[in-house]
Amino acid sequence: MTDFSDALTTALTLVATMDRDLTEIVLLSLRVSLTAVAIAAIIGLPLGAALALLRFPGRKVVIVLMSALMGLPPVVVGLAVYLLLSRSGPFGTFGLLFNPGAMILAQVILVIPIIASLTQQVTEDLWHEYEEQLQSLGASTMESVWTLLWDGRYSLMTAHLAGFGRASAEVGAVMIVGGNIDHVTRVMTTSIALEVSKGDLPLALGLGLVLIFLSLCINMGVHSLQTVGRRWQR
Amino acid sequence: MHGQVTIFPLHTKNLCYQIGGKRLIKDISFSLSHGTKTFIVGPNGAGKSLLMRLCHGLIKPTSGSVECHAVQTTQKCKQAMVFQRPVLLRRSVAGNIAYALRVYGVEKRRHREIIEESLRQVGLNRFSKHPARSLSFGEQQRLALARALALKPDILFLDEPTANLDPAATHVVEEVIEMAHLAGTKIIMTTHDLNQARRLSDDILFLYRGRLKEQAPTGELFTNPKNDLAQAFVKGELLWWRQRPLSPDCDAHKDQ
Repeated sequence: MTDFSDALTTALTLVATMDRDLTEIVLLSLRVSLTAVAIAAIIGLPLGAALALLRFPGRKVVIVLMSALMGLPPVVVGLAVYLLLSRSGPFGTFGLLFNPGAMILAQVILVIPIIASLTQQVTEDLWHEYEEQLQSLGASTMESVWTLLWDGRYSLMTAHLAGFGRASAEVGAVMIVGGNIDHVTRVMTTSIALEVSKGDLPLALGLGLVLIFLSLCINMGVHSLQTVGRRWQR
Repeated sequence: MHGQVTIFPLHTKNLCYQIGGKRLIKDISFSLSHGTKTFIVGPNGAGKSLLMRLCHGLIKPTSGSVECHAVQTTQKCKQAMVFQRPVLLRRSVAGNIAYALRVYGVEKRRHREIIEESLRQVGLNRFSKHPARSLSFGEQQRLALARALALKPDILFLDEPTANLDPAATHVVEEVIEMAHLAGTKIIMTTHDLNQARRLSDDILFLYRGRLKEQAPTGELFTNPKNDLAQAFVKGELLWWRQRPLSPDCDAHKDQ
């Protein structure tokens, strides 16, 4: 118990003094995860809305597959990205391995199914309501997709939150493709794993606290935005 | 009239629609001319809304066709529809009309003027910046009507637009419909309200169980209907009693 309280005190001191190593790790983590969520949203949002709107053979199979991919094992994704980006792999020439770019790529792959699948569910409900009206107005498929995404934007924030949660809490894939290199690819989760194995509990605990705090802040911010936005939309 | 070349007459030829092996619209043919308000009446399940959706192009007929003169003249047939329950987008009152104008390809510089005019027509101009879905049901229906009229359609389909409105709101909607008619828009409307049909329409299509039983000018249909079902309907009789005998269960209850 004393170890824990000592570790907690040291952790809080590190956070309060904005320790340089801690700050660097936190900023890199945020950069990687937020970029991954943004890229995954650009791909996942229209993909999910198109799945809700379009009718084609095998649509239900694609929807089930997309839902199943939400639980994609990060280590497997990490391994696949590693093989693709390694020197002998097809994209080895880009030299992305053990760079933040590779970590972003791995997280994008993990987050796309989450955003696409949740978007499909939100926009499908909206499409049932809007379908006849939009068809009556003569909206094209692209216009309809954009309308569904815009009108469902406050509900879709939950999809982004789920995606960010997945990306920021991810260890396995970023460890494989990033290599946990100090000052280059070390993020909060890989750092916590490393410090625990080294026995440096204060830094691990400090990072853990920051991770939880950031997650809380982002969730609170998004929920406030949703509440205000929904009040306006009714 | 909004178009320079007439798109009328509008014809349906042997229009049929079936789903799951059930024939819901059966071999309907009629012709509608410009300048009249045509009402489609009939009991529940007669196929009024379905016929309107087929004419508007929201669903494709199983067989038969809907044609307007515009097809032959290559002029675009401009149509709009107002549904029984108004479907409003999650944006402001003005935003809903602006959306329709944008989709319709109306120049952006004309939006403001058209939106103001449309909202003034239905008495909603003071709510222009309000969220559309915060309006009362009657106001939402008026907004749906304003959005449709902003497109200056040649044909306006109205699917029981006053079904859930109180008399005051119904009166406002009827006035707007009359104004649209005077401005040259062809009105095609369904209703259950025979008094409304008598009050507003010029000609009536009477439907029963997916078949067109009678098409006649309003006065004629109400005073001298030729079809026996139409006669019963305008008298306010319950039509299905004439066609469907009571089930044995119901007979048993009756005996008790």
